[in-house]
Amino acid sequence: MDAIDPLILARIQFAANISFHILFPTITIALGWALLGFKLAYNRTKDGAWMNAYRLWVKVFALSFAMGVVSGITMSFQFGTNWPGYMEKVGNVAGPLLAYEVLTAFFLEAVFLGIMLFGFSRVPNWVHTMATLLVAGGTTLSAFWIIVLNSWMQTPVGYEIRDGVVHATDWWAIVFNPSMPYRLTHMLLASALTVSFLIAGMSAWRWLKDGGGEGVRRTLKAAIYAAALLIPVQIFIGDQHGLNTLEHQPQKVAAMEANWETRSHVPLVLFAIPDSEARTNHMEIAIPSGASLILKHSRSGVVPGLDDYRGNHPPVAPLFWGFRIMVGIGVLMLAVSWLAAFRIARRGVDGLPRWLAWVLVAMTFAGWGATLAGWYVTEIGRQPWLVSGVLKTADAVGPVGSTMVASSLTLYLAVYAVLLAAYILVLYRLARMGNAAPDAKPMFPMPGGGEGAAKALEMKP
Amino acid sequence: MTPFLAAPYLAIIFAGLMGLSILLYVILDGYDLGVGMLTPLEKDKERDLMVASIGPFWDANETWLVLGIGLLLVAFPVAHGLILTQLYLPVVLMLVGLILRGVAFEFRAKVPAYHKHWWDKAFFGGSLLTALCQGYMLGAYVLGFDQSVAAVAFCLLAALGLVAGYLFIGACWLIYKVEGELQQRAVRWAQVTLWLTALAMAVISVATPLMSERIFERWFGLPEIIALLPIPIAAATLFIGLAIFLRRPLRPNDELSWVPLAAAGLLFALGFVGIAYSFYPYLIADRLDIWQAAASPESLSIILIGALFVLPVILGYSILAHWIFRGKATHLSYE
Repeated sequence: MDAIDPLILARIQFAANISFHILFPTITIALGWALLGFKLAYNRTKDGAWMNAYRLWVKVFALSFAMGVVSGITMSFQFGTNWPGYMEKVGNVAGPLLAYEVLTAFFLEAVFLGIMLFGFSRVPNWVHTMATLLVAGGTTLSAFWIIVLNSWMQTPVGYEIRDGVVHATDWWAIVFNPSMPYRLTHMLLASALTVSFLIAGMSAWRWLKDGGGEGVRRTLKAAIYAAALLIPVQIFIGDQHGLNTLEHQPQKVAAMEANWETRSHVPLVLFAIPDSEARTNHMEIAIPSGASLILKHSRSGVVPGLDDYRGNHPPVAPLFWGFRIMVGIGVLMLAVSWLAAFRIARRGVDGLPRWLAWVLVAMTFAGWGATLAGWYVTEIGRQPWLVSGVLKTADAVGPVGSTMVASSLTLYLAVYAVLLAAYILVLYRLARMGNAAPDAKPMFPMPGGGEGAAKALEMKP
Repeated sequence: MTPFLAAPYLAIIFAGLMGLSILLYVILDGYDLGVGMLTPLEKDKERDLMVASIGPFWDANETWLVLGIGLLLVAFPVAHGLILTQLYLPVVLMLVGLILRGVAFEFRAKVPAYHKHWWDKAFFGGSLLTALCQGYMLGAYVLGFDQSVAAVAFCLLAALGLVAGYLFIGACWLIYKVEGELQQRAVRWAQVTLWLTALAMAVISVATPLMSERIFERWFGLPEIIALLPIPIAAATLFIGLAIFLRRPLRPNDELSWVPLAAAGLLFALGFVGIAYSFYPYLIADRLDIWQAAASPESLSIILIGALFVLPVILGYSILAHWIFRGKATHLSYE
């Protein structure tokens, strides 16, 4: 029953797995640092409200981390089960990068997570703070290695091909490949914004329900300020990333802009229905010369179009729409966070209009939408290549029949659907239950750590 | 960069590192999965305590699997593709099992009480599915991915065998980590599963040399048989010693409660050495050896430098975590 192309199925399966996976690192990368911030604020002020915030969000972190770990393990097996051609061709570059992720980051997170979650009463306060720092550092380091590999696949350098296999010649160039700094910054900021809106949304929900405790007000305010500060930075970095992409992958930008031919005075298309059969746009609404102005900083700038890359450019519609969804969510984030920050700055958290709080609730998972859309643009934008100019996606797929891939895909989708629903429900449940404890309750039996923790141990039967 | 070791040595070192990771995984996550499979035997507080006994460790334990498979992936890319495409179905099912087990830890503690039983079932089912699939894969790997009816039957037997082994080491973990009546029951579970484990190891030890003339000769030629004799003798001694130890009443103050766990780990290691010796230098029985499958020496050198610095650190902080959470398990909380 090889009715459906196994390549298509393997690609859908990989897309499903990575889409599910990326949701959780997107949260844990920045949430680790947020937790460290809460913990340091508590250490400095000994204010129970910060500890309550830590207690609630560490639960969200633990759940997100578990989801990320289990779906990440699935990813590491996918290379072998579905894409054996990938490691056979570029394993000499991809291998060490993945190995360094496991060696430097994965163990660090996994071991210290246990101490961070359950070690409160067993280790001195400073060790617990240190464990939080190491977990946050570990998740970020993990993101670093993965983005290095992904960027290298987009803009490969520092290699030579001997006997049809890629060999590394310059590791420095491979790690600091041309698109890595832009991609890494863009992703870290995406994570920070996702977490800002997650914290803002869940805190706003709690605040709407019953006003919440002091901890809820603190996290709501901190999250709104963080979002308001970071979103302009993200827009700037996104623009720089776009210019970098134009330099190294012009066909990707052409598809994002639905620009079918190379010309000057290219309009900025706001809305259109790209037609890849006729190689034109229907119902186009555009700003004249807008794209030339943005991409070349001149109205008469010549922007490369898709006709230069016939048969060798990515599909247009997903990139065109994916890019607009990402930018649209970004603009919405800018408007909402600035408005909310303005109100909070002037009248405090309780001066927040209820309708605006509901908008924040609605945008709890807005970061996920933007991140996924952005990843589709960047990953589909590399097609038909798996590693730009080195390995085509079609040449990496394994010999597994479509029946097998279809069954495993169905199984994955069913499991992921249940888990995602359970995850979101539990998050809202945590928002409702969390912070219920009185704010004043201090975290450790005695301030100052070691001694207090030792006493706590003695008290246990 | 230029490799600082000749390619053949690099392949041997990486085969060793990979083997060590997989052995550590089987022992460490083995007790997690065993405890997971034992949870239906208890209810409420006792079950929570069993889960709590592995709570701080399972994540780090599971990471040894990621490292083992990661080293296979990066050091022996060709073998990685071959093995995983052959084992497609059990790998997918194992991943589903690992997913269910891993998230059930978190969900069972955070959902409303009336939903908890679903996540308890997912915890048990995920642990069982993972153990069965790993056993099946072990069987298929030993037989060189033979697809005959007899081979599949052998794989199913190996699946049950590994379940028995994990149940045994899980029970030994509980003897070490809990006290009172639950500990007494763990001793009984260990008594039963010890014999099932012995049976499974015996069957696999007999079947492996029968399937390959090369392995038969490696074990039963002279002088190898004399040099190798200590392995089965040590295993048999451990089994008998454990059986006697588990029959006797537990010592006061919980002295020596770590002995069964340490002995179980040693048993797993002996079994592993046996399989590794049978296979060396092949990664896939009689078809692909470690030198044919190895990645380029430049890349292996790059990883080795990192591994030599980082692995001792990882071992160090893993031991630190076990030390911080030493002693009897208590009900876990984030407080």
